[in-house]
Amino acid sequence: MQWLVGTVTETIPETAQAVTVRLEVPDWPGHRAGQHVDVKLTAEDGYSAQRSYSIASSPEAGALELTVVRIDDGEVSPYLATVLDVGDRIELRGPIGGYFVWDGDDSTPVLLVAGGSGVVPLMAMLRHHAAMQSEAAIHLVYSARARDEVLYAEELRELAQDPHRAVTITLTRETSDAWAGRRGRVDARLLDEVGWPPAVGSQCYVCGPTPFVEAVADALVGLGHAPVNVKTERFGPTGG
Amino acid sequence: MDTAPLDGNATAGALEELFAFDVTVARTTCATCGDARPLAELRAYLRAAGTVLRCATCGAVQVRLVRAPDRAWLDLRGVRVLEVAVPHSS
Repeated sequence: MQWLVGTVTETIPETAQAVTVRLEVPDWPGHRAGQHVDVKLTAEDGYSAQRSYSIASSPEAGALELTVVRIDDGEVSPYLATVLDVGDRIELRGPIGGYFVWDGDDSTPVLLVAGGSGVVPLMAMLRHHAAMQSEAAIHLVYSARARDEVLYAEELRELAQDPHRAVTITLTRETSDAWAGRRGRVDARLLDEVGWPPAVGSQCYVCGPTPFVEAVADALVGLGHAPVNVKTERFGPTGG
Repeated sequence: MDTAPLDGNATAGALEELFAFDVTVARTTCATCGDARPLAELRAYLRAAGTVLRCATCGAVQVRLVRAPDRAWLDLRGVRVLEVAVPHSS
């Protein structure tokens, strides 16, 4: 797997902190929903920094999309989210990962649990579900701090119209009364309410900050889901 | 110990330079406690000095990877067995 060069064709603001970068990558081999790429930035003095970013676009989309959430003192995300412009090039390698993937080739129900920016690889799965017109039941539980930090809000509303797809958003720090949706953390009670009984054998994908992933994975196993049916991807302390 | 590490998914790109197979679905058996699970679920610590993968159950170091521009060192003494899927051969 070698380093490829991607050219930015579009930058799409998602929230105040997040931008989706659309890339054209010659010789891109295609990818599976849930995979990521490693991005490498090299300064003029040769110093380089690498970070992994989940692919936000479905395998069916024409272009590769990464959604980057800017971490204020980050080394890579501020550049990708604010400086990178159309025509700029970045080095990337991938697609990477065969564990945290959903191909949709069977009809087993799928539970997606996202904490913050952990929604990105799960969005690729939801977009893939839509592109395939899959009839597998799929439910995204998405925990964000506040309404203005929810990624893909409008698209999630549209995707949830399909009878096979559902989206549950819960906010943990929203102060406005205008939010009529759920509040509070993702806990065993919520997972039990929106998930399927363990006997169904649903596939669970959990992604986000490490403490979030650990708590949710433990809760799912505590509810009786077989560990082999709970796949995890940890984004580190802040998840950004 | 750092309570919020990444997991083996974050090391997949670096390891795939060295292996011919997808490392995230390869299973390791911990040489210390015997826990067996996909490498993707190990706790990963990415530091300038190198990458360390620790057992998700007992915390023992299973894999150490150190990179230089023209070579890599891989210490697998914390892994008793590494299991990988290979294409069917008849």
